[in-house]
Amino acid sequence: MTSAADAALAVRDLTVRFPTDAGDVRAVTGLSFTVRPGQTLGVVGESGSGKTAAATALLGLHDPRRARVTGSVLVAGTEVVGAREPVLRRLRGRSVAMVFQDPTSALHPFYPVGRQVAEAYRAHHAVSRADAAERAVAMLDRVGIPAARSRAGDHPHQLSGGMRQRVVIAMALVNGPAVVVADEPTTALDVTVQADVLDLLREVQQETGTALVHVTHDLGVVAETADRLLVMYAGRAVEAGPARDLLARPRMPYTWGLLQSTPDLGAREERLRPVPGSPPSLLTPPDGCPFHPRCAFAETVPGGRCGTDLPDLVPVSGETGRLRRCHLPEDVPLGEGQVGP
Amino acid sequence: MAGFVARRLTSALLVVTLTSMFVFALFFLGPGNPAGPVCEAQGRCTPERLAAIERQMGLDQSVVTQYAAFVRGLVVDRTVVVGGEHTCAAPCLGISYGSRQEVTEELARRFPATLSVAVGGATIYLLVGVTTGSLAARWRGTTADRLLVGGSLLVSSVPYYLLALLAWIVLALQWGLFPGTGYTPLTEDPVAWASGLLLPWLVLGVAGSTQYARYTRGAMVETLGEDYITTARAKGLSPRRVVFGHGLRAAIAPVLTIFGLDMAALLAGTVFTEQIFGIDGVGSWALEAVRAPQDFPVLHATVLLGAVLVVVANLVVDLAYGLVDPRVRTS
Repeated sequence: MTSAADAALAVRDLTVRFPTDAGDVRAVTGLSFTVRPGQTLGVVGESGSGKTAAATALLGLHDPRRARVTGSVLVAGTEVVGAREPVLRRLRGRSVAMVFQDPTSALHPFYPVGRQVAEAYRAHHAVSRADAAERAVAMLDRVGIPAARSRAGDHPHQLSGGMRQRVVIAMALVNGPAVVVADEPTTALDVTVQADVLDLLREVQQETGTALVHVTHDLGVVAETADRLLVMYAGRAVEAGPARDLLARPRMPYTWGLLQSTPDLGAREERLRPVPGSPPSLLTPPDGCPFHPRCAFAETVPGGRCGTDLPDLVPVSGETGRLRRCHLPEDVPLGEGQVGP
Repeated sequence: MAGFVARRLTSALLVVTLTSMFVFALFFLGPGNPAGPVCEAQGRCTPERLAAIERQMGLDQSVVTQYAAFVRGLVVDRTVVVGGEHTCAAPCLGISYGSRQEVTEELARRFPATLSVAVGGATIYLLVGVTTGSLAARWRGTTADRLLVGGSLLVSSVPYYLLALLAWIVLALQWGLFPGTGYTPLTEDPVAWASGLLLPWLVLGVAGSTQYARYTRGAMVETLGEDYITTARAKGLSPRRVVFGHGLRAAIAPVLTIFGLDMAALLAGTVFTEQIFGIDGVGSWALEAVRAPQDFPVLHATVLLGAVLVVVANLVVDLAYGLVDPRVRTS
């Protein structure tokens, strides 16, 4: 475990609620993790697991009128939760930047892409327009946009989806942030360019030593790139640990289910087994373990505790850095072998 | 691009020509007889004298012949008989039956007044409307938003002529805040021009701003929910830059379209404004021309002006849209 002091990002007990007339939607509850410089954390979960609400909170982007955010988010030592707008403004883009899911809607349709990158730089550096434009061209070139100088004058609709995402990445990295939050950065892209964008992210990260939080619903996407994984379910962390160990030996039935439902092109004879059921409502989450209605093992736990008591997120004995939230005894085998790369 | 403009100009010309023909036909096939008032002005009007005047004015000829004469007059000087012979210099829009002046000349004299009223008023309502609309969108759901929306609804529910009349009676007559309201040509005395038009500008600006505030608010609320607004915030831009630099930039396009067409309607004559504030513009002129005895050449000219302005405004709006939205430019 890393201490909060040397972490690029330290999240402690982060909770995000959206008050509605029907009650609070508990999008994120008690989420804690740290990411060191140069490290990648993969945050994995189905849609509706609260991962985007958590990512949004890392930049303090929630509208205070619509969302209640509590807990602590320290970005390079500065508190984000409850920070005033001027503080957040200095932080956003400079210390913590975001790569969005859909580059088509994330870029302003009316401005040339070079200008949009330059604007991110000028927001934090007192430089002339020309110098910022120069810097933007260099950045576009760095993220692999061919003929960056002339492409900088193009509008988003003149670029392909992959190129647009490269622009978004350039925009996120132009200030050399300590933390980059990538929310499903490859989901909206063609399969053929997904790998390119993932490689680019990893490459730039190694070069700059930035901490990367990679939010995704696809275990396959982060299996190779993440150092650590955090699995979210119904707004809570249900399992966390070093990526390799966690994928090899999942210790929580939901993670195991996710692995079973991830296609593996290498294993031809294996059939995909989707996790049965659908994620619970965040407005009225079930009592006990939020996963118990879908869990194949819930019946085997004595006393029906899965339906009444919420398990704590506790270290797995004998494995360093691993946490899980489950009532099952640790020695119960979940299934055979590793699915996924 | 050049092809597009050429195509649009051709269709614009067609629209103006058809409008002109339509108005011409409507007048000559209608019940009024332009020769009547001319005849009565000369004393006892016997049927023989009326027929003679009709012949002099060319009213006995077919509509097609008369229209051909009108079109020819646009390029060469012609002689027009309205209770006496008048030479009408090209482009001739006829001789007013009322004032016996060349319509083209009078139009050239009156149009600057309407132009002054319209441009001043429109500038105010565009600025005020877009600003309040943007702010209301930014503060959506707050008391400030409700006050702005409610206030705009209140103002827009008062009929315009009533608002203008009340402003004139209360602000100008009772409180004497706007002495010398009326039109002085800008070239004659810029200070008198501005001070004389200040009240009409304000009234037009306040009344027009309400609908622009609503358009802008609607467009802005939609735009501020877009992902690229989140991107702009995530970059660390100030809220002002996010709202005005990124939000308004995208939301303004549909507003400008409406503005272009509104502007055309204003330039074709601000009837109430001119009438209430005693400004000799195109609007009050058209109103006089409609009153019996109808002054056909003036009516025709004002309708033509309106048609020309509307097609030109449409063209300008389409071209301007390309400047605002780069996606239109390339397609």
